[in-house]
Amino acid sequence: MAKMKALVCRECGKEYPTKAIHVCEMCFGPLEVKYNYNEIKKTISRKKIEEGPHSMWRYIDLLPIEGAATVGPYAGFTPMVRARNLGAYLGLDELYIKNDTVNHPTLSFKDRVVAVALTRARELGFETVACASTGNLANSVAAHAAAAGMQCYVFIPGDLEAAKVLGNLIYRPNVVEVEGNYDDVNRLCSEIAGEHGWAFVNINIRPYYAEGSKTLAFETVEQLGWRTPDQVVVPMASGSLLTKIWKGLNEMQALGLVDSVRTRINGAQAEGCSPIASAYKEGRDFFRPVKPKTIAKSLAIGNPADGYYALKATAESKGAMDMVSDDEVVDGIKLLAQTEGIFAETAGGVTVGVLRKLIKQGIIKKNDVTVAYITGNGLKTQEAVIDAVGRPVRIQPSLVSFERTFKMGKNGGLDA
Amino acid sequence: MPSLRFHIRFPEDKIKEPIIYQIGHEYKIVTNVRRADVRETTGWMDVELTGETAEIERAVAGLRKKGVLVDPIELNVVE
Repeated sequence: MAKMKALVCRECGKEYPTKAIHVCEMCFGPLEVKYNYNEIKKTISRKKIEEGPHSMWRYIDLLPIEGAATVGPYAGFTPMVRARNLGAYLGLDELYIKNDTVNHPTLSFKDRVVAVALTRARELGFETVACASTGNLANSVAAHAAAAGMQCYVFIPGDLEAAKVLGNLIYRPNVVEVEGNYDDVNRLCSEIAGEHGWAFVNINIRPYYAEGSKTLAFETVEQLGWRTPDQVVVPMASGSLLTKIWKGLNEMQALGLVDSVRTRINGAQAEGCSPIASAYKEGRDFFRPVKPKTIAKSLAIGNPADGYYALKATAESKGAMDMVSDDEVVDGIKLLAQTEGIFAETAGGVTVGVLRKLIKQGIIKKNDVTVAYITGNGLKTQEAVIDAVGRPVRIQPSLVSFERTFKMGKNGGLDA
Repeated sequence: MPSLRFHIRFPEDKIKEPIIYQIGHEYKIVTNVRRADVRETTGWMDVELTGETAEIERAVAGLRKKGVLVDPIELNVVE
């Protein structure tokens, strides 16, 4: 029996075949993958996983792929860094950074979801893949498509800064600049995905694409020595990552890979785009769309597809949500870099900033085993910190100038 | 006949207005509400509009003109 049972509507429960569809024909609710857990349980084990490849594909039994992984073979299994310095600074005994700044090949967690999406798209017979993106997603889709020899189309708003496009053009995808703003390109891509036979990774392939995020939960548990953490802090854009981390942890329990899940799932957003965190704070079970205005561009989704489900997952896990200002985002980036040597993009600053807030509020406690998800590399958003990192010390090309500047003593040490 | 699916959100001051009825009369389209949640202060609907593509686009523009927010059924897909 196949490990994938069906696509199932998250609202009405109606089941569909595992094709390139993403919306329930009955109620228009979103579809997600339903697995034959009884079948998977017969073969999966900690030992089998540990003997698997050093990539996220060691969890292939829980990913929506029928055959072998054919795209993105090196994605995932990124370091779980024991953050002793940051932990000591923030007052936590056991803090870990799940470091997706070094994910392969494009240095963000998107490499996980795109590897799954393109592998599945190929299985479904697609030769052309597409996405609508202003950043990390386009990067990852273009790179994976190049390596896989697939046709690739990236749709961007016509008012996007040129620098944002350059990172994609190197992979030679077809970059389509739509005359209009974010909302225009958003609507157009939805319509194209509905009308043409392309694999839009985060539209008609979304049920498969989103499942790739679960690997962050699986790796967390394995790298902690088959333990679930007490607390996690997850950045939120569409809210999908948070819901899939919760799903992944519960799957591990259902399959007997861990005894219990007591993890509190905490969500992080930037104040300038916090539709989900604001709903949580105000006790609403629905969110109000916003026009994003934040330096955390990779989280700037004002009308998040999984916002409702993120609220639900946080509530089920007894977690919390919070938001930080742009200044706090920059402080978070600097703090992580200066304590752990990890340079995160702005989303990482959001995560660290909210982690800090939740500790101050007593929501995350000193002895809680805590994991913070750092989902993208700081080299991608250097403009966000350019005015906050100081200037080099300038000296003349002489020993005298050097020693005068640093007040260096004869033994080579610095005079205080 | 083409059909397109939309998520429509009503601000508080528009909740009492029969906007879906009006749009079905003002444009040559068929409206089909599939899921909805309408409360005192907010409301949304998932709706299918069927008709010629250009007429659907005119109807969407008409909905926006009436002050409701119209998004694709997937909400934001630009990531």
